Amino acid sequence: MNAPAPAVKLQPKDYATDQEVRWCPGCGDYAILKGVQKALADIGADPAKTVFVSGIGCAARFPYYVATYGFHTIHGRAPAIATGIKLANPELDVWIVSGDGDALSIGGNHLLHLLRRNVDVQFLLFNNEIYGLTKGQYSPTSKVGTRSPSTPLGSVDMPVSATQFALGAGARFVARGIDTQQKQLPTVLARAHAHRGASFVEIFQNCIVYNDGTFDNFTAKENTEANQLPLEHGKPMLFGPGKKKGLRIKPGNLELEVVTVGENGATEADVLVHDEKNRVQAMMLATLQPPAFPVAIGVLYCNPAATYEQATADQAKLVLARQPDGDMNKLLRKGHTWTVSA
Amino acid sequence: MTTRSSNTAEQLQPTAREPIESAVVRFAGDSGDGMQLTGNRFTEATALAGNDLATFPDFPAEIRAPAGTTFGVSAFQINFGSTKVATAGDAPDVLVAMNPAALKVNLRDLRPGGTIIVDAGSFKERDLKKAGYDKNPIEDGSLSNFQVVPLDISALTLEAVKAQNLTNKEALRCKNMWTLGLVYWMYDRDRKPSTDWLRQRFDKRPELGEANVAAMNAGHAFGETAEMPGIHGFRVAPAHIAPGLYRTVTGAEALAWGLLAGAQSVNLKMVFASYPITPASSILHMLAPLKSFGVTTFQAEDEIAAACAAIGASYAGSLGVTSSSGPGMALKMEAIGLAIGVELPLVVVNSQRAGPSTGLPTKTEQSDLYQAVFGRNADSPVAVLAARSASDCFDVAIEAVRLAVRYMTPVILLTDGYIANAAEPWAVPDVSRLPKNPVKFRTDPQGFHPFMRDETTLARAWAIPGTPGLQHRVGGLEKSYDTGHISYDPDNHQKMTETRWNKIKRIADDIPPQVVDQGPPMGKMAVVGWGSTFGPISRGVANVRAKGHDVAHIHIRYIWPLPKNLGELLGGYEKILVPEMNMGQLRTLLRSEYLVPAEGLNKVSGQPFKIAEIEKAILNHLGV
Repeated sequence: MNAPAPAVKLQPKDYATDQEVRWCPGCGDYAILKGVQKALADIGADPAKTVFVSGIGCAARFPYYVATYGFHTIHGRAPAIATGIKLANPELDVWIVSGDGDALSIGGNHLLHLLRRNVDVQFLLFNNEIYGLTKGQYSPTSKVGTRSPSTPLGSVDMPVSATQFALGAGARFVARGIDTQQKQLPTVLARAHAHRGASFVEIFQNCIVYNDGTFDNFTAKENTEANQLPLEHGKPMLFGPGKKKGLRIKPGNLELEVVTVGENGATEADVLVHDEKNRVQAMMLATLQPPAFPVAIGVLYCNPAATYEQATADQAKLVLARQPDGDMNKLLRKGHTWTVSA
Repeated sequence: MTTRSSNTAEQLQPTAREPIESAVVRFAGDSGDGMQLTGNRFTEATALAGNDLATFPDFPAEIRAPAGTTFGVSAFQINFGSTKVATAGDAPDVLVAMNPAALKVNLRDLRPGGTIIVDAGSFKERDLKKAGYDKNPIEDGSLSNFQVVPLDISALTLEAVKAQNLTNKEALRCKNMWTLGLVYWMYDRDRKPSTDWLRQRFDKRPELGEANVAAMNAGHAFGETAEMPGIHGFRVAPAHIAPGLYRTVTGAEALAWGLLAGAQSVNLKMVFASYPITPASSILHMLAPLKSFGVTTFQAEDEIAAACAAIGASYAGSLGVTSSSGPGMALKMEAIGLAIGVELPLVVVNSQRAGPSTGLPTKTEQSDLYQAVFGRNADSPVAVLAARSASDCFDVAIEAVRLAVRYMTPVILLTDGYIANAAEPWAVPDVSRLPKNPVKFRTDPQGFHPFMRDETTLARAWAIPGTPGLQHRVGGLEKSYDTGHISYDPDNHQKMTETRWNKIKRIADDIPPQVVDQGPPMGKMAVVGWGSTFGPISRGVANVRAKGHDVAHIHIRYIWPLPKNLGELLGGYEKILVPEMNMGQLRTLLRSEYLVPAEGLNKVSGQPFKIAEIEKAILNHLGV
């Protein structure tokens, strides 16, 4: 349980515990763990002031492998636990690690409220579109038709989009990363960390056992360039080989279309410039998926607002200024009292 | 039955007041008639007059039920006297019924020969029909067993507030104050505190304040001048009460303040996380404005989140408290299991109500004992305490905090809808003299692991995030006894399960031995109770003892673990009677723990026990 003194610049390995990691070989979680440990080193996180909170599921084992404070809680409730932690001590740097079932099925309600309250935490949703720890049932993000032990003929219900959910809930920071993109992922995580308020990051994570290759259409090497749109604030949203393709507003309609610069009269000036503060645009980006569109990766939306715990603390300060002493004896003697003499 | 036209009241000599030891008055009316407010004002005036008292507010679950219906009837009962008052009273001596529905619902409780003051102005055909009366009960002779005083309170109130030029609707809303004024006269209560209160309450609309005061004064004057049967002056002498400073307190108030005092005594800030539910919400309402006393309140998105946020707060070094009622408690149980597994302090307040499911949300019951003691998956013991009365909530809350922190465990505090709303006089304690047991967080990294234990209490070390060098991971998976890491070792699980069990058992070494409240330490019969049945059992036993019967009263505050001497104590009685507002939950516990032949008296009507019911059951079981 010894921790390095925070004054020293820590390396990613300093954020690893001595516990044996127990994910399946080849699981995307290994890559995410590496990316998070790198991000922690990059931002110089103080292990003593950092807390990883998780619910239940494969992803939820995460805190055991990070050498900070960690709390592995119950299914879906990590956002509620984390909210309590932040109310008790707003100074703590809290990361929540969750999966698609944990965050969007059993814990959907708590995620909704964490985001709308804007509690200052980082929420990482490892989305593998399947239940891993319970052996492969379809999840709320599984594509229609997913065959699983509980849906042998294919699932029939529509999946939920994690980022659209987050934006709908009022999240002020919504981003996406991919498990294997070790260069981009720590950068997105560092952005999430820098954002004051609830930062929501969906990380596409491959479940090698129960849902292998479900994101191949945009994460496989051969599809990366064609089907990923790396977002950068203030830059035109270009993608594809030679960055020839771009997104623009379809004339006469509030929807996006893909154009090829130089073809059919489309110029680079037509291509939309990414504006992180534009919530409507973020929602449109969140909906894009292959084959018609690329998947938007990076920071979709970042538009800070007051945090819940700060607003709560501010109210307490106001009250404290008015009645500074907190004297219980005075409180109990307020209102009508009477004295019985001996 | 004689009546006379109320507006011809002549100036008569005030009748001499009849001295009585105690009285029970019930104010009943429509939800919109302000009966709770009327009762609260009367309670305050009665407390200031030096009587001992107990109250029972009884209101519908509907916020604004259709006016005039029986299910919209709201009532407030008060028992006050010059001697010790144990309950809100078995049967009212005086029933104030503001409409036919209030009469219909409350009549059956009235003492034979009791007085009924009715607003005859609200007994028109339409009102009668809404309440389900075919004929006017005031006129059809069906109330001949009672002293009926029909007054056109509506008209008298309109007359009294004429000077304020209110709308008819506003003027009629002063009816309750007219009635209060009349009852004030009957029992010789001082009007000044209510006058002050009314003026303050309506300081933004002084004309309403003055109208209410005028109505109250008019009601009082009516009592003074009207010489009519039923309108009678009484004198209830002050009770002999131990010297000190007093106030009235409800269970919800005492509980909220007790939690604050408890948190201060262990030197922790409190995070109180709750989801609105009747009848527990009033504790949240009490605490929300008290931010300068070190409490942060959090209205969570649901019961589960409330419990989890409280656990998160404890994890981070505050005192986490959550509060609910039966159905909400059911939702919290998985989270409580987590707090048991990771061994964090947590206080869980359950204001019990009648169930199952939504049941009777505003009616009282004590049927969550099983749930508190046993209601979780696996072997998952917690400490369970129960408050006996409104003022007792203060002490029990402090004790719950002490045990939660000292044993690093959830503590469930059982109160109920009756205690939460009932008011009683309370000798205000000097909080500065309460014992201080400041928490010591672990800060020393030397040899630390999160499940190292105190040898006496078996409590684990409490190391909070932010402490350099103590980074550690905890969770719901089983932990190694020796390192705190995840462990699937079979022997270790046996050891950890036993350790968690023994930790709670050791609390029995840390609580007072069970005492006998009244009567001999062994003998023919012990009447054993817990929670809010204390009042009626106490008085019931006293009455039976006064008749010369060998009966003792034992009241249990520590439901789990039970006091160490309880088994031996119970063994000394031939018979054990356990009156409970459930189907026999404490009885089962006592039978299973001590193999004693406990028998039950079980009432689940949503109403507290009457003293007479307890007496009757005792005599039955004694075979006399």
